[in-house]
Amino acid sequence: MCGIVGIYLKTKKFEKNLGKMLSGMLNNMESRGPDSAGFAIYKEENEKNYKYSLCLNELNFKDFKKEISNKLSKSQINQFSDHVILKTFEKPNKVIDIINLNFPEVSIVGYGKSIEIFKQVGNPKDVVKKFNLESFCGTHGIGHTRMATESAITTDGSHPYSTGEDECLVHNGSLSNHNNLRRELTKKGNIFNSENDTEVAAGYVSNSLSNNKSLKDTLISGLKDLDGFYTFITGTRKGFAVVRDEIACKPAVIAETDNYVAIASEFQAMAHLPGVNGAKIFEPEPGIVYSWGN
Amino acid sequence: MELDLKKLKLRSVNEKLQNLDRRKNDRDFVITNPEGNHAICAGLTENINVNIKGHVGYYCGGMNQKAEITIEGNAGTGVAENMMSGKVHVKGNASQSAGATAHGGLLIIDGDASSRCGISMKGIDIIVKGSVGHMSGFMSQSGNLIVCGNAGEALGDSLYETNIYIKGKVKSLGADCVEKKMDKKHIKKLAKFLKDANINNLKAEHFKRYGSARKLYNFKIDNVSSY
Repeated sequence: MCGIVGIYLKTKKFEKNLGKMLSGMLNNMESRGPDSAGFAIYKEENEKNYKYSLCLNELNFKDFKKEISNKLSKSQINQFSDHVILKTFEKPNKVIDIINLNFPEVSIVGYGKSIEIFKQVGNPKDVVKKFNLESFCGTHGIGHTRMATESAITTDGSHPYSTGEDECLVHNGSLSNHNNLRRELTKKGNIFNSENDTEVAAGYVSNSLSNNKSLKDTLISGLKDLDGFYTFITGTRKGFAVVRDEIACKPAVIAETDNYVAIASEFQAMAHLPGVNGAKIFEPEPGIVYSWGN
Repeated sequence: MELDLKKLKLRSVNEKLQNLDRRKNDRDFVITNPEGNHAICAGLTENINVNIKGHVGYYCGGMNQKAEITIEGNAGTGVAENMMSGKVHVKGNASQSAGATAHGGLLIIDGDASSRCGISMKGIDIIVKGSVGHMSGFMSQSGNLIVCGNAGEALGDSLYETNIYIKGKVKSLGADCVEKKMDKKHIKKLAKFLKDANINNLKAEHFKRYGSARKLYNFKIDNVSSY
């Protein structure tokens, strides 16, 4: 099953409330995905800094902080339960190597100039509370509540998946050609960390974006290349898009006001949003890519 | 009587409407703050009026008998699914599988209905003032599906004896679904549906009729009167 939610702010009005809006959406999608949850928040900060979202797993925060500070001077670390956001001006190639080499137990959940990602197994309401999502502000956000079908209930199996800088994707459905596609993308240099079908879709999007295709065009070609059932929500630093496969078994509803665009698997996820009763509410049509920003 | 879903539990509201005290003669109900909840007004059996002020989730008015339910908003998947009699009126849009498998009654949708509208319908009459999505009328067996707008791909795929009337364009017809002649009796029947639904700007003779070519199943002319 799974529940997916996303919100893209068209104006600055609700930037301070983004976390609150998204946490309400995730809490209301508990019934569609009670076993894990995750979210990505886009928040512009210091242009020179990169933000690395890391899950420490079993590693002690104090030990990690001490060691990473020795290796990356002038870095800043904020802790959110078992996740940390590491901010540094050092480029991804260097930082990813340092982490992989020195901290094998740490998983890199995502990185970029704007994105922060958190995901964990457990009831969505607990996950939202654990990471204190309500306190976040930002420009757009995407979330997921998971009912596992394709792969195990683990942090790695949770969404959102981020396979490129400032990119993320959540998925309701299942893909049938993900093994073939994973092999093809691996040959092209993509790296996958799980057996999960959605990670392959995220990798497909990253691969296409790195070839300078727009998010919209990427998803249009995805309709041909990705076989299975899906509603996807994808985010980039400045963009936000949703697409459903041609059969459209997996639900989605969009509510658009002057201030925001919200999307969720079911309307009840958005019933608490400000001004939603006056919003333009519609179902995204099958096989059509809807995108905002760029 | 007002039933506020912010104050009352959904289950208690449904239980109340399903087990009315006949001595009290309450016949008119208003449900406020539906907030997209599922299965609101499912399984009603009495001749009552329920007005729902807002958007509803899945299966609203499912299995309805006799009740007249008005939804002042959009409806999620499977509105009026398996309805036996009565009426469900959606003032906004409806999601997929509206009126699925329903045996009787009337479903009116003022906006659009998405895919699989009237899937496997067994006698319900469905009037959609907007358009319907792909695979509408799939395997539908009996009743009338009337669409004032357009129909998506594979209309009426594998249908049995449902009458489909479309005013606008049909993207494509499904297997065994063909356009049929509009006889006087069809025009008369459709005109009555339109009049009863207060659709005064459209003429029955401007609709096209679609039905089964009867090549996919064992159609027996002896049974035609029962459809």
